[in-house]
Amino acid sequence: METLSEPNTINKAAMKTYSFTEKKDTRSGFGAGLLELGRTNPDVVALCADLTGSLKMDAFAKEFPDRFFQTGIAEANMIGMAAGMTIGGKIPFTGTFANFATGRVYDQIRQSVAYSGKNVKICASHAGLTLGEDGATHQILEDIGMMRMLPHMTVICPADYNQTKAATLAIARHHGPVYLRFGRPSWPVFTDPNEEFIIGKAQVMTEGSDVTIIATGHLVWKALQAAEMLSGNGITAEVINMATIKPFDGSTVLKSVMKTRCVVTAEEHQQNGGLGDAVAQFLANNFPSPIEMVAVNDSFGESGTPDQLLVKYGLDAPDIMQKAKKVLDRKTSQR
Amino acid sequence: MAELADLKTLATQVRRDIVRMVHGCQSGHPGGSLGCVEFMVALYGKVMHYDAANFDMDGKNEDLFFLSNGHISPVWYSVLARNGFFPVSELSTFRKLNTRLQGHPTTHEGLPGVRVASGSLGQGLSVALGAAQAKKLNNDKSIVFSLHGDGELQEGQIWEAAMYGAAHKVDNIISTVDVNGQQIDGSTDQVLPMGNLRAKFEAFGWEVLEMNGNDMNEVVNTLLKAKTMTGKGKPILILMQTIMGNGVDFMMHTHKWHGIAPNDEQLQKALEQLQETSDY
Repeated sequence: METLSEPNTINKAAMKTYSFTEKKDTRSGFGAGLLELGRTNPDVVALCADLTGSLKMDAFAKEFPDRFFQTGIAEANMIGMAAGMTIGGKIPFTGTFANFATGRVYDQIRQSVAYSGKNVKICASHAGLTLGEDGATHQILEDIGMMRMLPHMTVICPADYNQTKAATLAIARHHGPVYLRFGRPSWPVFTDPNEEFIIGKAQVMTEGSDVTIIATGHLVWKALQAAEMLSGNGITAEVINMATIKPFDGSTVLKSVMKTRCVVTAEEHQQNGGLGDAVAQFLANNFPSPIEMVAVNDSFGESGTPDQLLVKYGLDAPDIMQKAKKVLDRKTSQR
Repeated sequence: MAELADLKTLATQVRRDIVRMVHGCQSGHPGGSLGCVEFMVALYGKVMHYDAANFDMDGKNEDLFFLSNGHISPVWYSVLARNGFFPVSELSTFRKLNTRLQGHPTTHEGLPGVRVASGSLGQGLSVALGAAQAKKLNNDKSIVFSLHGDGELQEGQIWEAAMYGAAHKVDNIISTVDVNGQQIDGSTDQVLPMGNLRAKFEAFGWEVLEMNGNDMNEVVNTLLKAKTMTGKGKPILILMQTIMGNGVDFMMHTHKWHGIAPNDEQLQKALEQLQETSDY
């Protein structure tokens, strides 16, 4: 793709790179954040539908048994109870897998939580394909869409352990319903452990001028890998970590896309309703630009290892790189 | 605290409010509302402790009420207004554009007295249990009440909640089921027979009482008795037999008035049966 642009040695030299020394699961970031909240905020309570270990809520449950509520395999009741517990000033965090946290209880969230404006934090693990071997019944790829359609619902999907912990702390300070999405696999830890999570603020991870890559969740790491590959081809990519999907940080996106004039989105979710949809909607209204989406395309997942599934469903770093080259071609042909 | 005669007089006025509200917007649910008048009037007039003038969402150290079968909003709105939560004149706005008195109750418009949206059935028992748990955490000795339809018990979430309430000894809750035997498609026995409700709730671990929900004296006494049974390790359920449409002869004993409004002529016929004291 050498026809796209000459190698930009200045930008290439300046491009920030990321590395990691350890891998941790994002759900453990949630567990660590919840435990810290237990110690610092007496109003925080936790409810779990028989997945305490999987959600890493066991430390909270052990240290604060009076503020931990085991609901059994009854997610609808869990969501309703959480709504009720806000009446009296509690800040309930509910925990289950993302599938059971959204699709199974959509109407309970809609009426008892969102429409009622309740201060419930719906915390969901094992989201996306990287759940792995359990297969499609558990690999929800529609949850971001369902949650962002609900009026006034905040939707957050952090990139790694550190950011998930920071987001867990941040949502306790925010009054209103929140959907916090995280996952199961061990994943590179690359964000600053001391950085406060600001709801609604996207992070520019690398600066670049050729293409903007907007990613969320696990795929932020893949986007950074793709940016490095592109850099080897003389293409500078601006990677944005869209950890908050709603409210949408339009100003960060606009600032970047006015510079690069083309976009790739990357997420572990359906194209329909996800981050890509949100970006496309925003750009269509504000700054129409070529966009390519790295996402699952109207299909269910299947059993496999997380790495195998990301490759098979086209969500890996090389896929992001290919879409970046494609969108650069489209941008060039528009001129 | 109101005397029995006053409660009965108020109940008749509430029935007038219900048929007038539903007639005013030509929609809504008069049947179930009319059947639950005594319950609602007794609850707010004689049983619950609350501060209507200073309503706040948390309701700490107040008794709370959750209407799970939200479609009978007319009876609740009338009783809330007549107990000082908002002006009685506002009842005329029921189901009309820009009203706080939405077709089904909601917190969205900030109507005093309402703490959660309801209408999609089966959710209110869970919410009430959550509120009851929060009261325990807050060392708040007041009580949480809820009302459910009998048809609503066909929703699975009710039984998730019933299981939880007994297992976790949520003994500061008094839930009432309006057993009027009717639902939209016909009688509950025609649509989906639910068998022995007392046996079912007892098997789940609830303390079960029964009452004639259209006898004011019995309603007051049963609710007060239920209060004395709280704090003893079991949630309390009252099976309340009512007659749908009670108080308006042509609306009684049928599911036909579940969700339709009277026309002008039917309204007059209904009002002739109900002594006016203070129409809005």
